[in-house]
Parts: sequence; C-alpha cells; structure tokens
Amino acid sequence: STQGEEIPKAKYIKKILIANRGEIACRVIKTAKKLGVRTVAVYSEGDRHAKHVTMADEAVFIGPALASASYLDGSKILATALATGADAIHPGYGFLSESSKFAELCKQKGVIFIGPPADAIRAMGDKSVAKSLMSAAGVPVVPGYHGEDQNPELLQAEANRISYPVLIKATQGGGGKGMRIVHNEADFLESLASAQRESQAAFGDSRVLIEKYISRPRHIEVQIFADKHGNAVHLNERDCSVQRRHQKIIEEAPAPNITPEFRQRIGQAAVDAAKAVGYVSAGTVEFIVDTISGDFYFMEMNTRLQVEHPVTEMVTGQDLVEWQIRVADGEALPLQQSEVKLMGHSFEARIYAENVPKGFLPAAGRLQHYSPPSASPTVRVETGVGEGDNVSVFYDPMIAKLVVWGRDRSAALTKLIDSLTKFQIAGLPTNIGFLKTLASHHAFAAGDVDTHFIDRFKTDLLPVTQSDSIHEPSLPKATQYGAALAAAASVIKSRQERPDGLNSIWSSGSGFRLNHLYTRMLHLDWRPESGDSTPLPVNLKLTYEKLGNILVEGDKVGKIAVTGKQLPGDGSNLRLNVEEKSVPVSLAQFSQGNTSHIHLWEGDHHHHFSVPVPVHDTDESQEHKKSSHGRHERHPAQGPGAVIAPMAGRVVKIFAANGTRVKKGDSILVLEAMKMEHVVKAPMEGVVKGAELEIGQQVTDSTVLFQIESWIHRV
Amino acid sequence: GVDIKKSFYNVFNSRRRNFMSMDHELNVLKDDVKTGSEIFVKNKKAMEELLLDLQQKVEKVRLGGGVKAVERHKSRKKYLPRERIDYLLDPGSPFLELSQLAGHELYTDDLPSGGIVTGIGSVHGRLCMFVANDPTVKGGTYYPITVKKHLRAQEIASQCNLPCIYLVDSGGANLPRQAEVFPDRDHFGRIFYNQARMSEEGIPQIALVLGSCTAGGAYVPAMADESVIVKGNGTIFLAGPPLVKAATGEEVSAEDLGGAALHCKISGVSDHFATDELHALAIGRKIVKNIHFAGITNRSSPSNVMSEESRDPLYSPDELHGIVPADARISYDIRSVIARIVDGSEFDEFKKLYGSTLVTGFARIMGQPVGIVGNNGILFTESALKGAHFIQLCAQRHIPLIFLQNITGFMVGSRSEASGIAKAGAKMVMAVACAKVPKITIVVGGSHGAGNYGMCGRAYSPNFLFMWPNARISVMGGAQAAGVLAQVERDKRRRDKTEWSEEEEEKFKEKVMQGYDREGHPYYASARLWDDGIIDPADTRRVLALCLSASLQTSPKETKYGVFRM
Repeated sequence: STQGEEIPKAKYIKKILIANRGEIACRVIKTAKKLGVRTVAVYSEGDRHAKHVTMADEAVFIGPALASASYLDGSKILATALATGADAIHPGYGFLSESSKFAELCKQKGVIFIGPPADAIRAMGDKSVAKSLMSAAGVPVVPGYHGEDQNPELLQAEANRISYPVLIKATQGGGGKGMRIVHNEADFLESLASAQRESQAAFGDSRVLIEKYISRPRHIEVQIFADKHGNAVHLNERDCSVQRRHQKIIEEAPAPNITPEFRQRIGQAAVDAAKAVGYVSAGTVEFIVDTISGDFYFMEMNTRLQVEHPVTEMVTGQDLVEWQIRVADGEALPLQQSEVKLMGHSFEARIYAENVPKGFLPAAGRLQHYSPPSASPTVRVETGVGEGDNVSVFYDPMIAKLVVWGRDRSAALTKLIDSLTKFQIAGLPTNIGFLKTLASHHAFAAGDVDTHFIDRFKTDLLPVTQSDSIHEPSLPKATQYGAALAAAASVIKSRQERPDGLNSIWSSGSGFRLNHLYTRMLHLDWRPESGDSTPLPVNLKLTYEKLGNILVEGDKVGKIAVTGKQLPGDGSNLRLNVEEKSVPVSLAQFSQGNTSHIHLWEGDHHHHFSVPVPVHDTDESQEHKKSSHGRHERHPAQGPGAVIAPMAGRVVKIFAANGTRVKKGDSILVLEAMKMEHVVKAPMEGVVKGAELEIGQQVTDSTVLFQIESWIHRV
Repeated sequence: GVDIKKSFYNVFNSRRRNFMSMDHELNVLKDDVKTGSEIFVKNKKAMEELLLDLQQKVEKVRLGGGVKAVERHKSRKKYLPRERIDYLLDPGSPFLELSQLAGHELYTDDLPSGGIVTGIGSVHGRLCMFVANDPTVKGGTYYPITVKKHLRAQEIASQCNLPCIYLVDSGGANLPRQAEVFPDRDHFGRIFYNQARMSEEGIPQIALVLGSCTAGGAYVPAMADESVIVKGNGTIFLAGPPLVKAATGEEVSAEDLGGAALHCKISGVSDHFATDELHALAIGRKIVKNIHFAGITNRSSPSNVMSEESRDPLYSPDELHGIVPADARISYDIRSVIARIVDGSEFDEFKKLYGSTLVTGFARIMGQPVGIVGNNGILFTESALKGAHFIQLCAQRHIPLIFLQNITGFMVGSRSEASGIAKAGAKMVMAVACAKVPKITIVVGGSHGAGNYGMCGRAYSPNFLFMWPNARISVMGGAQAAGVLAQVERDKRRRDKTEWSEEEEEKFKEKVMQGYDREGHPYYASARLWDDGIIDPADTRRVLALCLSASLQTSPKETKYGVFRM
C-alpha cells in the first residue's frame, strides 16, 4: 500500500508513554514490561498514589484532577513524551485515544501514536460520513430514508423498500415523541399521519425519517487488526449486548448462538470496513444484529483498543497490546487470517462503583476492602486500584474487569459466577451482586441476549425497593445467620490480633471474667444491597465461653456455638467451626465517617452490617435541648425534608436558591458525575433552606444538599 | 501470620534441638496424674462443688442491691456498675474484677461486693483501674469495707501505674458507721490523699459523675485530673438541698445547686457535660485516649512482654480440679500445679536437690518470664535459705515472682531451732520484703504461720493475692490449733483439778476447729479483703498472666536489702 512506503524504517520502540490511567494504563505497562520496553506514566493530582504510577518505570505529574487539564491535555502530554525521550505514546481507551488532532500532533513531532492514522480516526469519527463510506464499500448499514422529500407515497415506497417493521421518527425528534413502529404496509399511512401530527405539535416541524426497526437487536462487534503493510485480519467477534445506561457490563467472545458462516461474513464485513479507511492498528467494528432476521448492520467503528479486548485475547491466545506495539513499530501482523484461532469461551464482567437500586448511579469512595479472586491462566483481573485506594468522582467509576475463560460457554459461565462470588469489595456500593444475578439468569445462560436484556428481565434482576414492596420489611434468616457469623468472626479475629501496643494479653479480646462468663449484646444494622431501603436492626447476644467458644444467640438463629481461627494472609480470611460444619468466611471491618461497618462473605452471600452509633448532643452549651437516646437514629442532621445527595458529584446547575418556594417534584439542582447529570428534586412542597452550595462544588453521597421546610408550619 | 510463625518457631526449635541436644526438653515437667483414677474423680467432684458454690455467690452479688433498687436505678436511665464498666472497656477486653465477695456476711445488712465494683481492664489498649460505686447497694454509701476496697484498688493502681476511672454514684460516708469510716488513716479521707499522690506521680485520675456525689464524695471529681458529669443524674455538692435549707434557708433544686450545667458552665468543678450516661461513658473513653504516656514509666515493657510466643502447657489447667486433694490434710506435688500454669510445662528448677520442701525455678507464663516459689511441705532451714537465694536471683534479674502457697509453717523442734531456722526464715522474709519486682501470691492450699510471711502473704504487699476455693488461712491449721488449745485447757483443768472427759475434750477441739475453719475460709478472707479474690484453679494461668502484664507498667527498680542475720 501507499501508506506502507511512507513509513521510515522501523526505529524500534524502546520507551512508551501511556497517556492514560487506571486499569488500561496498568495493562499496557504489563505488556511493555514483557517486551522490555520502558514505560512512562503520567498522572494527575487525583492519581498521585495510583497503581499505574508505581508500576511504570517513570511517572510524570501533568496537572489537576480534572481530566481536561491533565489526561486530555494533548500538548502537555506530548511535551512530556518528548522530555522523557519516549518513542511512542499509547493512548489506551477514552481520553485522547480517538482524537485525530492528537494523532496528527504526534506525527508532526515525530512521536509514534500507537493507534490508527489521523485520517482513519477522523473518517470513523463522523457518524454520517462513516455510514456513507461503509455503504460505498459494501458494508451493510441500517436501511433507511433520510430525504427532504416528505411525499407520503414516496415515504411509503421507501418503507416498502426498507421492509417492515420500520420506524418512523421525527427529524427533530426526541423523547419518543413523533415516533411510530409500523409492522406492515396497511398501517403505514395512518401511522405516518399521526407521527407527523405529533411531531408538528411537539417541535413545530412535521418532517420524519424512516429506518429499519430492529425489535430484538444484539450488539456484536468484531476485533480487527491492520498493519502498515496493507494487511488486515479480524480476531473474531464479541457480544456486548447486555448493557445498562447504554454501557456494556458483560461482554463475551465468541458471540453465543451464531454460525461459523455468520462469523465469517461479519468478520469479512469488518475487515472490509477497516480497509475502506486505510486502517492501521487495533480497531473494533460494531454491528447491530437483528436477532429475528439474522441480518447485521454497521453501527460505528471504535478506532482504539476496547475495554473488553481481553475476552478476544483469551479465545485467540494473543496479546493485543503487543500487536499494537509491533504494528506501530512497522512490523507486519503476526498472524494471517487463517492462523487466527478460536478456542473456548471467555466472559468479561465490569465491576463498577455504582448504586444499582438508584438506577446504576455512579458511586465514589474508598476501597476499604478489596480482594479479587486469585488470578490464574483462566481468571484475569484487570485493575488500576487496590485496597485503600479511592474511586474518585473525576474519572470512570470502573473498579476492575474480571475476565474468565472456559472450554465452552457454560464452563466459562460457571467460572464467571464463581469468580464474582469471590470478588470482595467493601467501602462503596458495587454492581457485583447485580452481575452475579445477571450471570445466573436462565436467559443469559441460554445466550438469549439482546440490548434490552436488563429491561426485559428487570423484575428478576433488580432488587425490589421497599417503597415498591407491599410486605413489611423483614430480616431474612440467612442474614441473621450471617450476622451471627460476622459477630463471632469479629471476636475471633480480634482475639488473634496481637497489637504491638501495651498489654497484648489484655487486648486479646478474650472477654475473660472471673467466676462468670462475659455476655454482651450486639446491635447491628443490616444494610441490604438494595441500598435505599432503611437498615434493619439485628440484635444478637454474645457469650464468651471458656475454651474460646463464642455462643451467639439471635431471634431467628437460636444458639450457635462458633470457634475458629484466622488464616494466614492479610487477616481477613477465617475458618469457622459452626456447630458441625467448617466454613470459610472473609471479614472486613472499617470505619467510615462516624460509622463502623462489618462485611462478611460466606458461601454465596455478602452481608453488610453497620454498628449503630448512639447520638449525643455534643454541643455542651445547648444543654437545654432535648437529649436524644435513640440507639438507632441514623441521620442526626436529617429532618423530614432533608435531601441527601444521591451520588457523589459536582453541582453544575442550581434552579432554586434558599428561600424559594417549591412544589413537590420541582427541580432544585443538577449534579454531574462521570458524564451523567442527575436532577435533584424537591421531595415535598415548601421552602428551600440550608442550601449552601455553589456551582462547581463537589459533594459526597451523604452530603445533605438542602432542606425543604414545609411553609404551612411557618405561619 | 501467627500460626506460620508459631510452626516455624517449633520447626526451628526442634531442628536446633537436633543439633544441640543439650537443650533437649530437660526442663519439661513429667506428670503422671491419672485423670481416670478414683481419687482424681473424687477430688474433681469436691472442687467442682466448691466452684459451683462460688459461682452462685458471685452470680448473686452481680445482681446488685436487689430487684427493687435495680429497677429504680434503671428507671433513671442509669446502668449497673458492671454494665458501665463494660461500656467503657474495649469490646472483648478481659476484666479482672477484684474482691467480688467483699462484705460477704460481714454485716447484718447484705452488702453485695461491698457496695463498690473494682477491677482492671483495657480502654483504648490502656490498662485502667475502675472504681465504680453501686448505688443499688445502700445508696452507694461507704461502709468500712467499701472504704477498704476503694483504697485497695487505689493501692494496686498506684503500685502498677494504672490510670484510675472513678464511676461516682454515691451518697458518701455511711453515717451510722462514721466512726469506722471517717477518722482513721485508712478511712475515707485517704481516698483523696491517694488521688492527689497518684496525680503527683503522673497517674491519671478520671471521674465520671453518673449520680450523686455528696459531701466528702464531692472531692472525687474535684480532685480528679479530668471529670465528666451527666445532665439530670449527676450532682456534686458539699451539702444537698435539705441541708442547705436547714443551714441557710435557701431553697434550691439539686440540679441548680450542683447539676451538670452549673458545674460545667459556672463553677468549673466538672470539665465535660454529658447529655446522658452513655454519652458520659463515651467521653470517658475519649479522655483515656488522650492521656498519652501519662503514668507509664516502662515504655519498653511491650517488648518484654512479648519477647516469646505464648505456648499452652502440655497438661490441661482444668486437670487442677482433680489434683487438689479434697482432704486438705493430704499433701500434693506443687510441680503438678506448675506444669499446668507455665508455658509448655517447661520449668527450669533451681537447687532441686537442696531444701526440697520448697520448689523454686524459672518459667514463662504466656511469654512473660517468672520465678516461681512453691511449697512442697514444711519449711526447713535449707528450704528457707534456698528461698532467700532464689528470691535474690529474681530481684537481681528483674524477674517477677510468683508464690504458690501451701504451707503449714516452719519446722519446729530442738534440731530445727539449733540449725537456726528462725535465722533462715528471717533471711527469706527479708528477701521477700525487699525484692523490688512484681510479686503475685496464690494460696493454693494452707497458709499458716510464719510460712505465710516467707511466702509473701498479704502483709508483704504482693501486687496481687488470690486464693483457691479450697485454701485456708490462719495462724495455724485448725487441728493443730485445737490440739494446742486443748493442751492448754487440759493443763488448766489439771491445776484447777476439774474433770475433763474425753468427750468434752473432743467437743472443745471440734469447736476450735470449726471456728478456725470458718475464719480461715476463703469467703471469710475475701469478705474482709485479706485477698483480692477467689479464683478457679483452672483460671490461675490466665489470672497470673493478666496480673503480670498489669504489673509491668513500671520500670524495673534496683533492690536493696536490710541486714541479713548470718
């Protein structure tokens, strides 16, 4: 090809700057180390102690936590590359990975951009340009009519051409207004008329467009690779249909329930797509697949390494980052198409810091306990964080990627569920429980996936919140059993800890008493995973028996005698003897804010409890105030109208200032985190009080944002 | 990590032993106690009966001053003294309660635990002495034994450098018994003297005022380094409202006269205002957290304490129940006891073949080095000399001493006197009195005669003294005393020429023996605070370990002796 000749003779990449953070930066460093290539990490204010910084051979500070001033500042990063003598820049994914401008800039300064040429990025970056390019190259695109001519007969003819079902959409549309699904020709004109009317009313514009309607779409993408010598191959497909908030959470390779013939066709289409734009390096061509007709259509091409690339690595036995580096170095592709293998099955589950019951809202906080399943040739954990690290509000809340391999899909799925069960995180809400439920679902096991999967099975998958539940909240027996084990494990652990301080025998937690046994009431609050429901109290009585037995009594568990010991390691794993059984458990205890938390992993369960704090009026001068005795008061500052931030984030808009009269449901302010905006609304009618917030201010997910004071009582 | 370390230690040790057979388990006590034997079973049964009685008595005193008083107390949102202490302690911390049976059958009134709960436990990892009034017992007023128990707790605190936490809820001195609680040196006033002197030493004095604190009692918080008072329940004043009205005619409520608000805002008598009792206890824990190193003179002690892993004895401490003879007249080998309280049952005996009625040697208890002095029969001149020698060794090496008392006394008779047994005994007493190392005494059998002195009886101020339920303490054994007194009586009768039938003599002896048995009983002793409590023999190892650890807050001191009679 012409491009191949432009390349100067390979200069051999000896040092790479990684213009990224988190797990992908760590991932790239790992391969670079394997190849003997030195690495330069860059880091922002928020990442001073991050894992990628410590893993790299050198690390350079590049600015404040805000990405636009650090990881997105191309000129600063390029200057850093030049200053550190890096031959190449690996952009990872996100940030600058799909910036044609940055790729161009690198080229100008003579630094190798490990990725496609700027032209290819630009071509694929513009959706409509890409579509017409693909159409011209013979890659199928979603059939449709986008013309100006709105003659109903013409529109009907177009619909017939596209073939039913079709979707009529308002050109100016949004929010489902002016949208109609038409299943056959007979209904077309009537539906068109009503869509136009609605569109006219809503947007003052009756124009519509017509597209093929795909009722059960699957998201299947193909990993392609091209070198600078004009070679291009595909490394099979991945299925990423299962999504929430239009983001993938479980990906797999190969796609379930497809034929080799389909694989061959879709793979070829992807290679054609890449060749059409003179592509180089790793890329992913995304297709939408109509599960009913079996047709596939080009959606877009991601001109970078994808988050989910490991599943492809697992089934092909290749290191894609290594490919990227070698291709950037001017080498030809290591494999021909016929040499690309497909072995077994692989899943990737993305572990996110997020609040599943609150509509998957991103969360942030400290990883007080972080213990992933142990890595093996069939289990990979890709992460950029460790215990004690913070998941900050500034970046993507993904904590880790869990990648598993099995000889077939069901073996891989078994491994996935097992590994998710062993993935222990405490300190912030995660989607682990949700992923486990998802992976265990019968439809998922059958490979019956589409992009509406979560919506389709939401009653099976999502926890029932208390407000939706008609039943009185009650404590499951398994939870009380878990609480009993947690209490006993905590005692046993404290007993084996030998603090360096004074009096180790005294701080041994033996509960020794003279001529009687020590009994202690323990009050815990159960914090169910459906995090928005009120914690339920669990009351236990602990007796410190002789010979180290702990006798736990509770309403639903009777009397349980527990002994046990701490296992070697970080101290969180214990082996308990409960009655006749010997069970392994993991325990995490920590304080956050003013609250102590206890997490216990036991069998398939992950229990979370907190220890209620008695509330005292600590203001000594206010002694006339009524004292509060409640052991179970939870939010001392919280009145009935108090509104607590639903997630950690930045205040980006304030609609109603202090003193504003609002109705229930009125928007008060907007929080933003991880590119998501969340409108905070008034929970009741009244006057806004105590809102001491400014635009741009960061809030945590327990901050009381404001209060609505009922003005009826203010008279 | 602990287990790996432990197993590594064992492997390492055994390997080392393979190379250096010189250390090969020479010091492990061999023991051939047959746990299935008839006598063992009989002894065990007898001991378990004693223990059951003890536990029942302790259970009773733990209930405080009766259902009504407790109900009234709780209705004021107050906790019982032991509950208060449990809240202050680190969760799961041991609590070494002292003199649980103080006041037992001492007065016509019931006075459970002497109306005051004392003991040692850990707060934020720091050992503290707790002194908690029990207001459900006679309004928490101070009977003579209450004063004695309070002072004993302070004595231990002072000896071991333990911060004192006073949980005050008391009506002050018991007025009808003022003559026995007010005027003397070791009476009520001594409490405040001790507070002042301990504060001088840098031992923190903390008072939590959870109830009334009247008259003299007002000085407990006032003399404290730092104090807390609970709104509503806590009051501090020299005279209560009725007395004030009588004296000056002023009518004032208790809260206004000496409540939390007054003392925290205006008078400054108290430092922290608590909205309720739990709050006060939480503040109490915070205060302890902030005392830093106050009172600790031996900052290197942790390394002393944990220099070696603690290893269990080879023989179960529970077997002590069957080893102690049910019949006090039967002797038993003290090494069977030692084998069940020391690490690995390893005991490096000193001068084993000389003066064999006294057993001396080095061992470790939960990793802490100790010198043990135990009785294996009557003391002879050689035994006493050996004892003095061994005590000097321990004092020179700063090794704490453990005395296991089972002693009827020193040998009598012309041969003994001629050998200078009084001189030898004096040497041992001199050594015991002067040795400046922590001393802990356990009475495991009889404690009679001058043996009590040489074996560090109460008069020799051991840091702690505990008794087993089978123990007896008196100037001599009951039978011996009966014999002596009967002899005296017989001589008298002979002079008076009155008849004394054998039957009468037996009756006389029986009465004497009964009296001795009653007054020598651990309950009688504990009631009067001749000891710091009665313990289950099976708990001895643990109690010793706790006491040793508590005694090691002070830095080692150099020992000097008086004149030894040579």
